[in-house]
Amino acid sequence: MVTGGKAFASTLAVSNDEETNHQDTGNRNLLLTSLSLCLSPGKEEKMLSIFTKLANWLAYSVFGLEPGSQLGGAVQFFIEDTTKIFFLLVAMIYCIALIRASLDIERVRDYLAGKSRFIGYFMGSTFGAITPFCSCSSIPVFLGFTSGGIPIGITMSFLLTSPLINEVVVLLLLGLVGWKITVIYVLVGMAVGIAGGIFLDLIRAEKLLQPFALKAYQSAKPLNERNRERPKLSMKDRHDFAKRELFDILARVWKWVFIGVGLGAALHGFVPTAWIEGNLGSGQWWSVPAAVLLGIPLYSNATGVIPVMESLIAKGLPLGTTMAFCMSTVAASFPEFILLKQVMTWKLLVIIFVLLLASFTIVGWTLNLIG
Amino acid sequence: MKEIKVLGSGCAKCTKAAELIKSVASECGAAVNVIKETNPEVIMNYGVMRTPAIVVDRVLVHSGSIPEKEQIEGWLK
Repeated sequence: MVTGGKAFASTLAVSNDEETNHQDTGNRNLLLTSLSLCLSPGKEEKMLSIFTKLANWLAYSVFGLEPGSQLGGAVQFFIEDTTKIFFLLVAMIYCIALIRASLDIERVRDYLAGKSRFIGYFMGSTFGAITPFCSCSSIPVFLGFTSGGIPIGITMSFLLTSPLINEVVVLLLLGLVGWKITVIYVLVGMAVGIAGGIFLDLIRAEKLLQPFALKAYQSAKPLNERNRERPKLSMKDRHDFAKRELFDILARVWKWVFIGVGLGAALHGFVPTAWIEGNLGSGQWWSVPAAVLLGIPLYSNATGVIPVMESLIAKGLPLGTTMAFCMSTVAASFPEFILLKQVMTWKLLVIIFVLLLASFTIVGWTLNLIG
Repeated sequence: MKEIKVLGSGCAKCTKAAELIKSVASECGAAVNVIKETNPEVIMNYGVMRTPAIVVDRVLVHSGSIPEKEQIEGWLK
């Protein structure tokens, strides 16, 4: 963190009198520094083992639970994960928000509007992963992109990737299941977003929008505010933004952390490893679609599902099955699909829903085969 | 009398923004008519992508967060 802070201070010193693109490079360096801090395994283990010790001490010494017992294991898991997750959330949401204070949705739209299709899908998905926006804004964002003439596929690459990947998810994955699974998760999430976007443009999904949205898309004029003035952000602006983001995100996710860790702890303590290994451990083909279907009614945000994922993997559930289950829980949720009804016809909604379920199943099978 | 529209899909923040505007207006004795606008087509036509957004007498003045008290006082003058 100290290194990150120094890099950031020097970034600011530079950006005061240099062009914005230099500032972006500086930000990227800072991002890389913080990432490499998270990724270097030695440091990570040392830093995070405090929480294991804390949990051991509380569960076994203070509460006097038996270390090998089911309840003891569950309580220890719950304490370790909640303390670790909240620590990671507070520290990292703030730092990341400082960096991306200058990235707003208007800038993303202006950028995407000028891109060719194939770069567009990739960038749409990338921005979906890094741009902050809450699900209650998805309709205005969708319409803003559409009325700016951005193809539906690129807009959907953005919207499909957005719930699956964000900085909170990546941090939790790094902290709980390690960097290898994190990388696989991010690649899969982006691939689903990109493939979904390409497919929707191939079937000309814009014809299946609500009439007013289709009209806005067809009559889109080139954006003329492309060169609008952007206020320079001072360190104080960034701090204010980061503080607001931190409270916003915490207010949104804290309950999911408790629910997720609670479920993870219950699995950890009370479901016998032998049962999972014996019945689902060899990646039987039907277990993947079953996991996807099971994930639909279980509506959770990604923060809640990762502790469950940690537990399932530790219990010997194959990675593909686990990943299929988690992504289906996060992305295929009825409440958010109902929201999209305001801009799409039922037919298009059903197509997107089936598309998601099919991609998670294929991803699950593929990972199980490779693994 | 000023007409103030709060644009947003009806999320918690939009409701809070509308309530805050009403309370600030009654504090400083300004006559306002606060309307919550949830129609996505109308929101699109204002070019808004981040909600809640605030429109004062048909002019978009704010977007993306619950406005600060001082900002609201500025619009009411």
